[in-house]
Amino acid sequence: MEIPIDTFRLPNGLFVTLSEDHTAPIVAVNLWYHVGSANERAGRTGFAHLFEHMLFQGSRDVGSNEHFELIQRAGGTLNGSTWLERTNYFETVPSNQLELVLWLESNRMGHLLPAMTQQKLDTQRDVVKNERRWSMDNQPYGTWWEKLPALCFPAEHPFHHSLIGSMRDLDAASLDDVRSFFQTFYTPENAVLTVTGDFEPGQTRRWIERHFGPIPPGSGRPAMPEVEMPRTFGAWKRELVQDNVMLPRLFLAFLSPVFGSDQFYAASACATILGVKKGSRLYKALVRERQVAAETQAFTYDLTRGADLLVLDVTARPNISGEQLEHEVAREVDLLRASGVTADELARAVTLIKTEFIAALQAAGERADRLSMFATYFGDPSRINEQVERYAAVTVDDVNAFIDERLGDDNRASLLFVPKPGAVKVNRSGEMAGVHA
Amino acid sequence: MNDAAGGVAPPAGATLHRPPPLPPRPYQFPRFERALLANGLQVVVAPMRKLPITTVVALIDAGAICGYRGKEGIAGLTSELLLEGTGDFNGAELMERLERLGTTIDPSANWDGTWLTFTALKEQLAPALALLAKVMRQPAFPEREVERLKAERLADLLKLRAEPRGLADVMFSRVLYDPTSRYTMPELGSERSVPLITRADVQRFYGWRYQPHSVTLVIVGDITPDEARRLAERSFGDWAGSTPESCAVVDRPARHHRALHIVAKPDAKQSEVRIGNVGIPRHHRDYHSTVVMNAVLGGLFSSRINLNLRERHGYTYGAFSHVDWRRYAGPFVVSTAVQSEVTAPAAREAVSEIERIRQEKVSEDELSLATSYLDGVFPIRYETTDAIAGALAALVEYRLPDDFYDTYREQVRSVSTEDVLRVAQAHLHPEELQLLIVGDPDTVRTPCESIGFGSATLYDTEGNALSGE
Repeated sequence: MEIPIDTFRLPNGLFVTLSEDHTAPIVAVNLWYHVGSANERAGRTGFAHLFEHMLFQGSRDVGSNEHFELIQRAGGTLNGSTWLERTNYFETVPSNQLELVLWLESNRMGHLLPAMTQQKLDTQRDVVKNERRWSMDNQPYGTWWEKLPALCFPAEHPFHHSLIGSMRDLDAASLDDVRSFFQTFYTPENAVLTVTGDFEPGQTRRWIERHFGPIPPGSGRPAMPEVEMPRTFGAWKRELVQDNVMLPRLFLAFLSPVFGSDQFYAASACATILGVKKGSRLYKALVRERQVAAETQAFTYDLTRGADLLVLDVTARPNISGEQLEHEVAREVDLLRASGVTADELARAVTLIKTEFIAALQAAGERADRLSMFATYFGDPSRINEQVERYAAVTVDDVNAFIDERLGDDNRASLLFVPKPGAVKVNRSGEMAGVHA
Repeated sequence: MNDAAGGVAPPAGATLHRPPPLPPRPYQFPRFERALLANGLQVVVAPMRKLPITTVVALIDAGAICGYRGKEGIAGLTSELLLEGTGDFNGAELMERLERLGTTIDPSANWDGTWLTFTALKEQLAPALALLAKVMRQPAFPEREVERLKAERLADLLKLRAEPRGLADVMFSRVLYDPTSRYTMPELGSERSVPLITRADVQRFYGWRYQPHSVTLVIVGDITPDEARRLAERSFGDWAGSTPESCAVVDRPARHHRALHIVAKPDAKQSEVRIGNVGIPRHHRDYHSTVVMNAVLGGLFSSRINLNLRERHGYTYGAFSHVDWRRYAGPFVVSTAVQSEVTAPAAREAVSEIERIRQEKVSEDELSLATSYLDGVFPIRYETTDAIAGALAALVEYRLPDDFYDTYREQVRSVSTEDVLRVAQAHLHPEELQLLIVGDPDTVRTPCESIGFGSATLYDTEGNALSGE
């Protein structure tokens, strides 16, 4: 299985990847801008994400919210998202509507500022504040999103602060900020464009040249913030959060090799061995055998510079204390350190990862997003075709070397949520008894 | 820039720049074939050769509406227990065997069926299918695992109590339907019913519902119909059994007047809001018109309700309406989460949109946005083997005609503004709307009691009424 890939770069610096697949009359357009919350300045946390919202508020030739309407009228789906190191925008449409999408994306890359108004900024600020309340503040455990990076990265580090931002910083965001952020980061040389699916390559290239070609370059790719990190925390960091929750939940993080590095693949396989699905060590030991946990997960943040995070996420069963939960999870990690992984465990992890990877590539939008990711982070979208082999090349020794170096007491960060004292209690049968307002 | 309808106006002269679409390229929903094994088990196969991958859904006519009063949750619990041991493997061994094949069998029970789903690489399909047959035909239901999974479902139900979105959905159904309806409880049951389920109940339910006649095997991906039939025959051909009758459910509303329900979360920073009435069954002849009507009202980002509540007022991150399609009448519901202080005006705006779409025809522009979206997005919904397998299983689950997906786009395109008005008047019931809020009663109660829903009934997070009716 090999995904066809063709790339070129426009004179203004925009990097383009084309990948044909004519199975269905569908085409996906995907843009990654190499800017995320890590690029925000002090006092403007949450701005990269607020700015993502502003990109849907129209541009010189597009009305407010019209971007959404035009794509949906064309029979397409669309959205955008913000992460620590990047922001993406994507549409999947019937293939006969491709040029409309390219035009819309070029219009906001080239001509966003004439459409920006104070009123739009104020409305989107309110929308984002409600997004914050909905996804974090009013959601049990929701604040883990900002507490975990804050615990793992030192205060001045670009990955430390909240991606969604503080209410105060959101209030402080101004139209001047919109202007300077756009001029610095939303330039053709700081973006990659990917088109996948059912399109004619010659015509598509001409459309891209016509619509994106005239956009002037910025003043070079913006400098990346300094992100150096040690290989380990040097200690076991801990934070206890008393929250409006019923059950304790532990996020146990480890500094790990950056996304795309050779060691990353060993770390990713290790995460699957430890905590992904019901055949994983944590599930078998804590959920199935000892029955102290209700569910387990493991994942990586996929950060490409400084350090990545490998995270175990385990929720307790009723009547298990936070302290006991942390003890049980740590014991499993220690057992792994003592015994190492087996060839069977590694084979299981690699086969699971391979199936999920191939299943995900079925959708044009997913293919486009991964091509953009490899193009943005490594300048090389064809890395998508190496992923299965790179996982297959991981050895038991690689995983055990990773475990020795990174899973020790000196490289752990526990973010532990426990029920607020005095709130609802759970009795032994799992029924609740409590005080109600 | 926004006009009164919450729509959008392009800058003057801008439309000149817009690239027009090319002629659409032809599309056909994947062809599928049916086969019937001698024991009554149905096989549906759709070959798709794009990637070396195949999805299998075993659909069993054993939905959450089937079961025993007081033991709600048994359908889901039984489906999960299938994977916890067979005659020759325990649960951990089964899991390891499947995961070494790079896959997992995911069990779930929705209202109308139990689904066992897996996606596997081509070379792993045959052994994975053999394991699927083993768990469906020889489950052991070990006592220890019955008790463990019951405890896990209770933990899920507990978590739900602290989670405003899930709690709002659960409580909305609870207040919407007649108290005798199975729909008043979530699919997975309640804190009262789950502890009462025994291993013997699970065995009885399994023996009743899991019969070759009530199973459809949907196979989609890198496979030919002949191969698929052979594999099905090899794994399921010698399974004999009876034909269980269908299950039914009470789907009438609890009351025929408006009512306001507040689930007290004294420290909530946001209110979860649900507004709606009992809708129509999936099989209803107004299905396509109702889908289009809902798209104009609240099904899309650019729909009336979201443009009003999010883009015009900034009350929320999102506001949508939804018809929950089931074999019987599921809820029509508007869902949103708003800052506590604006709960009453936000609810009033949502209600006014429900009333407005019943009072006058929607504009041609709004209609065409909805129909061209639903028409165009159709192929995008069915790009993957699991999406297509899900669609084919739904065809069986809801007893739809075989040409349903082939005629869907045509049906949607033929919906008129008159149809939209007619189904809005027929299936939205402003005089019967139930308004449910999970939020801080001190902030929301008084303002919400002044918007035409009467005085509030207060509930705790377990659903016990604290005051009112």
